[in-house]
Amino acid sequence: MTQETVKKNELNLTKEEKEAVFTTLKRDLTLPEAAMLEVMNSEHCSYKSSRPVLPKLPTEGPQVICGPGEDAGVVDIGDGLALVFKLESHNHPSALDPYNGAATGIGGIIRDILCMGARPIGLLDSFRFGPLSNPHTKWLLKWVTKGVGDYGNCVGIANAGGEIEFDPSFQVNCLINVGCFGVMRKEELALSRATTPGDKLILLGGSTGRDGIGGASFASKNITDESESDRGAVQIGDPYMKKLIIDATLEAIQVGLVAGLKDLGAAGVTCSISETADAGGTGTEIDLEKIRIRESDMEPWEILVSESQERMFFIVKPENVEKISAIFKKYDLPYEILGTVTDSGHCVVKYKGQKIVDLPAHLLTKPPTTKRKTRKPKYLSKLDQKWLPKEPKVEEYNDLCRRLMASDNIISREWVYRQYDTEIGLHSVVKSGEGDAGVFRLQEFGTKRGVAVTFDGNSSQCYLDPYNGSAALLVEACCNIAAVGAKPLAFTDCLNFGNPEDPEVFWTFEKAVEGLADAAKVLEVPCVGGNVSFYNHDEANNVAVKPSPVVFVAGVLEDATKAVNKKLKAADEFIFLVGETKTELGGSEYAKVAYNSENGLVPQVDLSKAKLIIQDIIKVIKEGLVTACHDISKGGFFVALTEMALAGNLGFDINLRRIVADTERSDIKLFSETPARFIITTKEENIEKIIATFARHEIPASFLGKVSSEKRLVIQDKDKQLVNLSLDEINQVWKYRLEEEMEGKKEER
Amino acid sequence: MKVIVIQFSGSTCDRDLVYAMREIMGWEVDLVWYKEVTHKLDNYDAIFLPGGFTYGDYLRAGVIAAYTPVMQEVKTLAKEGMPVFGICNGFQILVESQLLPGALIGNDTLRFSCKWVNLRVETSRSAATKLGVKGDLWRIPIAHGEGRYFIDEKGLKELIDNDQIVWRYVNEHSEPTKESNPNGSIDNIAGICNLEGNVVGLMPHPERAAESILSPWETDHGRLYFKSIENFHREMM
Repeated sequence: MTQETVKKNELNLTKEEKEAVFTTLKRDLTLPEAAMLEVMNSEHCSYKSSRPVLPKLPTEGPQVICGPGEDAGVVDIGDGLALVFKLESHNHPSALDPYNGAATGIGGIIRDILCMGARPIGLLDSFRFGPLSNPHTKWLLKWVTKGVGDYGNCVGIANAGGEIEFDPSFQVNCLINVGCFGVMRKEELALSRATTPGDKLILLGGSTGRDGIGGASFASKNITDESESDRGAVQIGDPYMKKLIIDATLEAIQVGLVAGLKDLGAAGVTCSISETADAGGTGTEIDLEKIRIRESDMEPWEILVSESQERMFFIVKPENVEKISAIFKKYDLPYEILGTVTDSGHCVVKYKGQKIVDLPAHLLTKPPTTKRKTRKPKYLSKLDQKWLPKEPKVEEYNDLCRRLMASDNIISREWVYRQYDTEIGLHSVVKSGEGDAGVFRLQEFGTKRGVAVTFDGNSSQCYLDPYNGSAALLVEACCNIAAVGAKPLAFTDCLNFGNPEDPEVFWTFEKAVEGLADAAKVLEVPCVGGNVSFYNHDEANNVAVKPSPVVFVAGVLEDATKAVNKKLKAADEFIFLVGETKTELGGSEYAKVAYNSENGLVPQVDLSKAKLIIQDIIKVIKEGLVTACHDISKGGFFVALTEMALAGNLGFDINLRRIVADTERSDIKLFSETPARFIITTKEENIEKIIATFARHEIPASFLGKVSSEKRLVIQDKDKQLVNLSLDEINQVWKYRLEEEMEGKKEER
Repeated sequence: MKVIVIQFSGSTCDRDLVYAMREIMGWEVDLVWYKEVTHKLDNYDAIFLPGGFTYGDYLRAGVIAAYTPVMQEVKTLAKEGMPVFGICNGFQILVESQLLPGALIGNDTLRFSCKWVNLRVETSRSAATKLGVKGDLWRIPIAHGEGRYFIDEKGLKELIDNDQIVWRYVNEHSEPTKESNPNGSIDNIAGICNLEGNVVGLMPHPERAAESILSPWETDHGRLYFKSIENFHREMM
């Protein structure tokens, strides 16, 4: 080999990682080999810290077709169809360059779905920023939203929902998680495997440049004052090219020309040639000069680790190369035949006639894990779990309710989702802002079925109690799915944490995974994939993000036309609260907004009970007994019911006295965030059936009052009138505050 | 009805339009790649230019598609009376091809906007509003970043005098107000037709509003657009 060599002591790897390399190789490395090993050993690619912990998550179930390890999870949704879904972070790039960071996050997650063989049909997003009033937050939110919108709109994939949380811990390190889902016939499943020696390796799409060099390594360290100089690690997207790649790829799969498929994301070509070889038990050999490069002086190692966007890696039988080329030509897409699948077990790269890389594939794909130290964080022992605020006076409730509805974490997200095409594809039956989960019908796949999708995160609760906060989070996301009438099938997660080398951070990570795992086992909602993002730590200010697991739960409806949304439908319908309310104010919006407190008890979910409630909610919706449904989450019962009123443009008149709770306090009944509770509305003739359904499992279903045509929110508890507000007044603060913060106040509306 | 939908490079709403016309209206629809329009276009009863994006809209929405060879033939046929319909990006292509007057520029909000709007039918002389009565209110969604219709004063007067304004954005009470105008279009214009009425461009997406299940209002006003085209075709025969 002619390349410059790198000796053991020059390699930027840990002692154990070096041992693993040199025990196998027993020679110095070439420069490209060293670059490949360094990037594949990065936290982002190797999951070296998280891999010892993640096996706690259940991954199996009769509905699972592909679990973790593939580019995306795949579940069976019946009628011969499979749902493919995945969630991923693009935190570090978005913190530096919010527009391109967020846009390429969308680009990357679309490729993950496409490379399983599915047509991507929906997108979701989850943002975490510092307080909304901060100018830096506004700058990030403006450009992240535009990045997500411009990319998603241009490729023609509809937005299906999302969530945003504002908290000071995300001031510098914003968290940008994006998800995509797609649907295919089960037999169209494509795997990222090179199984047959002799097959050809083809690179489709954009040219390879210096953008995104070392992106995976950049994402594997803290954000510092010098991070600005890493801007070259942020990739630049080209959604038009992506649209053509999607169409060409799906056309090639439909006519059976694809033997294996892999997208180029983190670690670029290095990842593709090694992971496909290792998964297929083969080897790969490529000629690096075949790759079209954007800058003529690129070094071989740069070409190998570049993360330039809009590229797909195809494995094709030799006899199909001509046919697939014709498809690529139809779309005017550039492609190159890079090389061949071999039986050597090695990844071999040739350049100008010389062999410059010859590494066993497993050395790249299975680097050693790192056992991290854990220690319970000090801040946790300072918290007062028994904290309760003084009960507000009767006359204080109206103002409390106004403040909650106008708070950062409760106000309408309409300013964001109006910038996304929510209608394209003709799928969206329950649209962004209309229900707890997005519901997409699947008319083009010849079925009456629909899928329901939701994103959820709750960093406030996960910070105070990572185990219970994370368990509650998964329950809450499954409740989102049930609230539209769908059965939760599986989830994928994105685990956003600080520096894993900090034992206190790693302790929260372990507890969060345990919480998700225990909830997943009881709910029978397995984990089919995920992503871990560490090093979300702002070094300049020494602030780590609050532990922020985000989950993407997907579910299925047998008949998409039976989906319900949260809009109140008609005056005089009956309002019921399902589930038991507990004194759980820890991490609640009420504690934050009214008392600026991080004390109190985080919800401790009774998982078996939650599972029964979810089942029964699905049953009553399926039987057509429910006219509107909303699960209770941030802001508690009051916010949930008010959101239903705002969505339906109708008022309500209720009394809290029948609420089944462990307290008599009205504020706790109104604002506690105990999960696995639902508000449903129904017509008089269905009341008995509803009560009987829940009574079988001793689940309280309490009649509270009626929907009113008068647009007022009226709440009493026994004989005290607590709340009497005009719906229009609440609408003004709730609906328009985000737009006003972003665009300035309008003089008239 | 036998119609063609031309699929340009990077077209995004082509399949939705095909679905609405084939599955909901029961028409015979060919979706043809712009380079593969080999058989004669005059075999069709109408030509559709779909919405969404083309060529990423990188230069200006619709402009690159307007210069494809197939548009030359569309132009020739349109002048001979062939019904030609452009939705969203298709409208932008029609304007860029000068089959329709005026221009579509960036929304006054400077943001992409996707939402359901109210349209008031302004004339029933266009091929796409044959079944509409002046004053009808249609609920149809928009999704665009460059949907602000603009034309100079003289051009606007001509449009008005010649009854070429087909739809305006209006509020719940059918009034064309500033608040009901989602993009700052001059005179609240959402869609126009040529002098003869056979070429019609519209920013909102009727194909997304042809089934009640997709509408927050449980309406299916998009059907009126397609039904009108059916009627126009019948009258021509």
